[in-house]
Amino acid sequence: MTYASLDRRAEHLLRDLAPQVLGATLRRFRDFAACEDAVQEALIAAASQWPRDGIPDNPRGWLIHVALRRMTDHVRSEISRRNREAAAIEDVPIVVAPAVYAEPGIDPDDTLVLLFMCCHPSLSSASAIALTLRAVGGLTTGEIAKSFLVPEPTMAQRISRAKQTIESSRVPFVMPDAAERSQRLSSVLHVLYLIFNEGYTSSSGPSLHRTDLSNEAIRLTRAVRQLLPDDAQVAGLLALMLLTDARRVARTGPVGELIPLDEQDRTLWDQEAIVEGVALVSMAMSSGTVGEYQLQAAIAALHDEAPRAEDTDWPQILALYGVLKRMSDNPVVVLNHAIATAMVDGPRAGLALLEALDNDERLAGSHRLISVRAHLLERAGERQAATTLYRDAAGRTTSIPERNYLLMRAARLSETS
Amino acid sequence: MKYMLMMNCPRDGYDQFTSWPKKDIEAHIAFMIGFAKKLQGSGEWVDGQGLDAPTQAKVVRAGKDGKPITDGVFPESKEYLAGYWIVDVESPQRAYQLAAEASAAPGPGGVPFNMAIEVRQVMSGPPETK
Repeated sequence: MTYASLDRRAEHLLRDLAPQVLGATLRRFRDFAACEDAVQEALIAAASQWPRDGIPDNPRGWLIHVALRRMTDHVRSEISRRNREAAAIEDVPIVVAPAVYAEPGIDPDDTLVLLFMCCHPSLSSASAIALTLRAVGGLTTGEIAKSFLVPEPTMAQRISRAKQTIESSRVPFVMPDAAERSQRLSSVLHVLYLIFNEGYTSSSGPSLHRTDLSNEAIRLTRAVRQLLPDDAQVAGLLALMLLTDARRVARTGPVGELIPLDEQDRTLWDQEAIVEGVALVSMAMSSGTVGEYQLQAAIAALHDEAPRAEDTDWPQILALYGVLKRMSDNPVVVLNHAIATAMVDGPRAGLALLEALDNDERLAGSHRLISVRAHLLERAGERQAATTLYRDAAGRTTSIPERNYLLMRAARLSETS
Repeated sequence: MKYMLMMNCPRDGYDQFTSWPKKDIEAHIAFMIGFAKKLQGSGEWVDGQGLDAPTQAKVVRAGKDGKPITDGVFPESKEYLAGYWIVDVESPQRAYQLAAEASAAPGPGGVPFNMAIEVRQVMSGPPETK
């Protein structure tokens, strides 16, 4: 099931309204799993009725009304089921008062509270991603399954288990208090970042990009930024996504192979996204605490602003990676710091820094470490060693475009030497 | 009827492939992309996946305690599965024809590589057993 019958404007409207409708439904009924199902049914009803009857005057009210009616039906059938069971067991009917309708209030924070719920630390990241895309993003299970290249029943089960986890951990539908909020916000941003990355660098499958996921991550991050316009981490993350996504078209070649930054056709970069990203990152960097997303965005901005690869401000990038390295224990940061060092102080200096990673279990034997070493060896003129390592890395990556790039890099080196 | 077309490679096939000239690798990849597109276009595509390099493969058996015992890399096998397609076709002849097409993917120098493609019918059953 998709919203294929809707035009773009209607689909956007529907999906922007999805979290608000769910919020309003949850305020009336506490049952998260059932409410989420009811909202999904309302969205699907809209997708089939709106193209025929036109978009209603009050689309949000329409959706809320349909979702609440579904919930009332659900509660009624629950009551009669329980009454039947109770009658059989102890003959005591359980009577639940029917839901009273009133125009439910809309709280703009509902979307944020929902995100906090869907990205709750009790969920695995795969579950949080799926639940966020459905409950907040308003995507259908079929669309999410397609994005992750898994069968629809598998994705349906993943979402349903995620909802059960939320139910059983009794996460309330309320805004976390100030003390908890910043920690919970970082879980949300992390999930959005993972969705973006899954779209940008698909971890499996034949194509490098799944644009729909990247676009969805950007759309959701924009929504968070609207709710928290002064949060520098949120601005930093949005900037990072825009500045990275700006290079998407230039990133793959004719047979779908990866094209590295220094060989990309920069005229293909999306200038509009770069301008917006740079403005955001400048704002984020000047407002108080500097976090990882801002720093990564600042680095992406330096790449995007260089008219040619050789114009890249590597000393500045190196300085930023230095700050990042002190801030986080991420071996990928160490890897990138080594690359920046090689660009400033020469490949040997970079290679020396890579040695520190050889004993890091998180990267040992990974294609990333091997391919970076291959690049630096190539720059240092050790073509044979570089060729061998490119092939070694190609045999370890699970991304087809990346494998193809590494193989061609090796082939090019061995043919010209 | 559904068929699985399994692309089997000789044990050293991966090492051979990685040392082909750049234009031959490109031609092979372009062929595979085109083949997938063609199957999707004709409505016969069900699934198709490439598997990672055989050097990464593990053979797993359950130990007495039910925990996994992993063996290294295909110690004895002469061939390994490099990838597969599942197609939904009208007849077994059509499946063989598609397998032959895949088998003729270009190899070094653009000459058909003639890989062995094992063709197996996917069994069908009532929906509840799926």
